[in-house]
Order: sequence, then structure tokens, then C-alpha cells
Amino acid sequence: MIRIPCPFCGIRDHSEFTYGGDGSITYPALDAPLQEWHDAVFQRENICGVQTETWHHVNGCRMWILVDRDTMTHEIHAVRPAHPDLAKALESSS
Amino acid sequence: MTRFSAWNVFWNGLTSQKGWSRQWRDPEPKSHYDVVVIGGGLHGLATAHYLAKNHGIRNVAVLEKGWIGGGNAGRNTTIVRSNYAQPGNREFYEDSLKLWENLSFDLNYNVMFSQRSHISLLHSPGAVDAAARNYNTMRRTGAPDAEIWSLEQLKQAVPHLNYGPNARFPIMGAALQKRAGTARHDAVVWGYARSADQMGVDIIQNCEVTSITRDAEKVTALETSRGTITTSKVGLAVAGNTSRLWAMAGLGRLPIESHKLQAFVSEPLKPLLDQVVVFGVGGAHFYISQSDKGGMVFGGDLDWYKSYAQKGNLPIVQDVSEAAMSVLPCLGRVRLLRHWSGVVDMSMDGTHFICKTPVDNLYLNAGWNYGGFKATPASGTYFADLIANDRPHPVIANHDLKRFERGLQIDERGAGPDPKLHG
Ligand SMILES: Cc1cc2nc3c(=O)[nH]c(=O)nc-3n(C[C@H](O)[C@H](O)[C@H](O)COP(=O)(O)OP(=O)(O)OC[C@H]3O[C@@H](n4cnc5c(N)ncnc54)[C@H](O)[C@@H]3O)c2cc1C
Ligand SMILES: [Zn+2]
Repeated sequence: MIRIPCPFCGIRDHSEFTYGGDGSITYPALDAPLQEWHDAVFQRENICGVQTETWHHVNGCRMWILVDRDTMTHEIHAVRPAHPDLAKALESSS
Repeated sequence: MTRFSAWNVFWNGLTSQKGWSRQWRDPEPKSHYDVVVIGGGLHGLATAHYLAKNHGIRNVAVLEKGWIGGGNAGRNTTIVRSNYAQPGNREFYEDSLKLWENLSFDLNYNVMFSQRSHISLLHSPGAVDAAARNYNTMRRTGAPDAEIWSLEQLKQAVPHLNYGPNARFPIMGAALQKRAGTARHDAVVWGYARSADQMGVDIIQNCEVTSITRDAEKVTALETSRGTITTSKVGLAVAGNTSRLWAMAGLGRLPIESHKLQAFVSEPLKPLLDQVVVFGVGGAHFYISQSDKGGMVFGGDLDWYKSYAQKGNLPIVQDVSEAAMSVLPCLGRVRLLRHWSGVVDMSMDGTHFICKTPVDNLYLNAGWNYGGFKATPASGTYFADLIANDRPHPVIANHDLKRFERGLQIDERGAGPDPKLHG
């Protein structure tokens, strides 16, 4: 079991979460050239090592979070809310 | 090398088995080859075999970082079938199945291909309709062995499935492919290796490619743990490690993610299951067959998160066990012997790539998801053809990296561009 420290709920088993995918992807503007959309939707760096990814705490607080995780060792290096404003709010309250 | 034949088996039985020679050489790498295939799994070895056999290209090396067959080639649940319906896949997997039917003769090696049939259980009227559509497509395109079975037919053939009134997913019928079945994966690895070696191919184990040197157009050299090797052409067949080699060649991103899939084998049992049985409903997925040694060989879904580690996680063990119990409750007291995991190259539409790349003399074979075992003979045939002739055969014309730019996805499942959903 991977243990994920949810910023809202604390340390929980990964079986409480569903895996989203590559969290480094940013989608281009709606009218951006097709090639940019193609790259965002289909192309992946597929890092062997630490990557940023999205997880959904579906059987917990139901928040989407960003996790920096090593894809070889499964070690987790950092966790934060996926929504940038929530991430900021958490930072300022702590 | 001694050929396998009834006479040789008989003669060696009388002469203390002294007449056999080693199955393939253990050569030192040469400094130059006409073609280097990176990856000593099924696809790499099959490619070398067909390069030599079909195209007369024999100055070939297969470089394997560990031992041949140590990757997904030796980790799969060995299911072979051709029940694909999408154009592109349909022809490709039908070709592959035909090659399987003659593989033991072609390789002079018994790969134990057992056409015991493949049964997909159907649990809803919608599933029956969808299967009827796909299996009719198969019948019209070279697979007369595709059938839809009623519940009565299924009960006669496989009496011990869970037909009870309390079954979580009551069974309504089944889709069946008769020529499908299983083969012994190690034998396929060894058979291709032995045959390729016999035709002059160097199979070099413990030889990891650590960097790829190239200029604007071509790969010029490969740095390996056993020295520098130059080559005219390079074929990449490294399954779950494709993105790492792609990065070594400085080529950026790919429509592939590496995930892990687990498989399981039980203690040996007396004959229990004479077919491959597959169960899939909504989020659940389970497939099972019985090996010649009697072990129940089975598996389910991916571990759901991206991974390069060849080790599985426990939630899937629970998922798969639950599926096993709901399909074949008689397995409840059976003990698990081993379970393991492999790193699979999941693609954005669930279909593979056999294609040219932005580098002139680099060719790609990847994106096999967890269905690349059955593809082995066709994959090797068409990849060798691509490398030899520097153009794709019409059958693999759409199996290129550019298909998404053309708006084409070959998506059997209709799951969309999320690699973990294709299985
Ligand atoms: C658990 C499991 C169950 C499966 N079940 C089925 C099934 O029932 N039916 C089916 O059709 N398919 C199945 N598959 C899929 C099938 O096994 C794979 O698609 C197929 O084996 C991949 O091709 P390969 O054999 O060439 O890969 P591999 O055997 O993984 O070969 C790639 C090789 O490349 C080597 N390599 C990597 N990096 C380097 C480097 N830098 N230098 C040199 N060598 C390198 C690796 O060591 C490895 O040996 C399953 C897979 C898994 C993991
Ligand atoms: Zn939470």
C-alpha cells in the first residue's frame, strides 16, 4: 500500500484514492493551434523518477490533490491541493 | 545444433541424453552490426528471427540488459486470441493467430500452443449485442471460429462457473473464439532465440544500452554496458522502458505511459478448466486458464497508478481474488503459489506502434498495453519488414505515432486517451 498524506485528511491508504494522471499537463487556450492540443492530450514525458501527478481522494474529502511521487520507488516527496487558490489558502493559514 | 525430432528424442533416450548441444551461443558483442535490436523480449527476438529468415539479414544483434524473457515476455498470462474488431487490429491479430498455428514447426520448437478456445462471459443484453456485433465482424473477416453461445451451451462446456441465483453478475451467455488459447511463453522466447541464433544472430545478454549517440538524421552508435556498438539500423523493442530509451535518443515525449500489471498462479490442481475464461463488467476484469502443470493462471486490472517498479500492490490482489470468487467460487480454498508484476507500455488508444521515427535509421516497436504476447509473430514479421524495407507494410500503415495528429485513434474499448483504461 502507498500511504498518501492528504493535505485535508492526513495520512491515508492509496486505496481510498483514484489515480488521475500526469499533473504537469496544462491545457492550451481553446483556440490554440491543433498541434498544442494534440501534445497536451496525447504526448507524455512518462518519467522514471519523481513526477507530479493528480490523485482524487474519492473515499475521503473528495478533493483533487497534486502528488510528487517517484514512479520507481513509489516514495512520495510532496503533496498539495490541486486547486491553486486552496493551496495558497492552506499556506497562509499555516 | 541438434534439431528436435521424434528420432532425436528416441536416440538420446538410449544414449544418456548426451547428443544435445546448447540452444544458443553466448557471443561477445562485435563492434558493428547491420541491425541492432534493443530488448530481448518476445518482440525483439521475433524481429531478429524474421529479419534473418524473411529478409536474409543475418548480421544482427539483440541486446538485452538482463536475461532474455526476463521482462513481460516471461510474466504474461499467455492468452492468444484475435477477437479484435477495429480496422487495423482485425487484420493484424488475424495474421498473428495464423502464424501462431504454425509456430512450433517454423521454429522447430514446441511452444505448446493450445487452441483450447477463449470464452468471454456476457452479463447483460447490451453486452450480448455488442459481442454479436464484434463477433459477426470477425466471421466476415477471416475468423469463422467466432461464436455467440447461449447460457445452456456455456453450462455444458464449463459447468462450474457461478450460475447461482445469488451471483453478483448473473451470466447471460458467452462470446467464444475457438482457435484462441494459450502457449508457453518461455518456450516462445527460447524458440525464437534458438532459431535466430542458428541463422547467425548474436543474442547478447547482460548488455544494457546506456546512451544513444546520434546526429541530426541518424543514430551513429550505442553505448552499452559491454562497450560501444555501431550499427546501420536500430530497432527499439523495450516494452515498458520505451520512454527511457526514447529520451536517450533525445526525442521528447511519446503517447505512452508505463504502468504495472500483476499476474497470479495457484498450486497445481487436477484438470479443472479447459478454456480461457474472461470476465469483465464495469470496473471489474478477470481472466483465467489452467497451465499444463495444473496451476490456475489468472490476472485482472492494472495497479491503476503509473509505475516502473516490477512489484505489485495488495489492493489488486484483493480485487482479483474477489473477481475469482464471483466467477469460480470453487477456487475459494485454493492456495496462491506466486504472484508477480510487469511494467507494460500503455498507449493512448490501447493500440501499438510499429513505425518509423523522426530519426532515419531508428524504428519503433512499442505500446503493447497488456496484449502483446498474442501479437508476437505478427509484430516480429511486420517490424522486420519495416526495418528491412524502410517503409511500413499496408497492414501496419496506421500503427504509427502520427495517427493522433490525423484524428485517428484505434481504440477497441472506446476508453479515450487515458492509457490506464486500455486493457
Ligand atoms: C502480468 C502480465 C500479463 C500479461 N498477459 C498477457 C496475455 O495474457 N496475453 C497477451 O497477449 N499479452 C499479455 N501481456 C503483455 C505481453 O506480455 C507484453 O505486451 C509483451 O511481452 C511485450 O513485449 P516483449 O516481450 O518484447 O517485452 P519484454 O519482455 O518486457 O522485453 C523488453 C526487454 O527490453 C529490455 N530492456 C529494457 N531496457 C533496456 C536497455 N536499456 N538495454 C537493453 N535492454 C533493455 C528488458 O530487460 C526486457 O527484457 C501481459 C503482460 C503482463 C505484465
Ligand atoms: Zn482527503
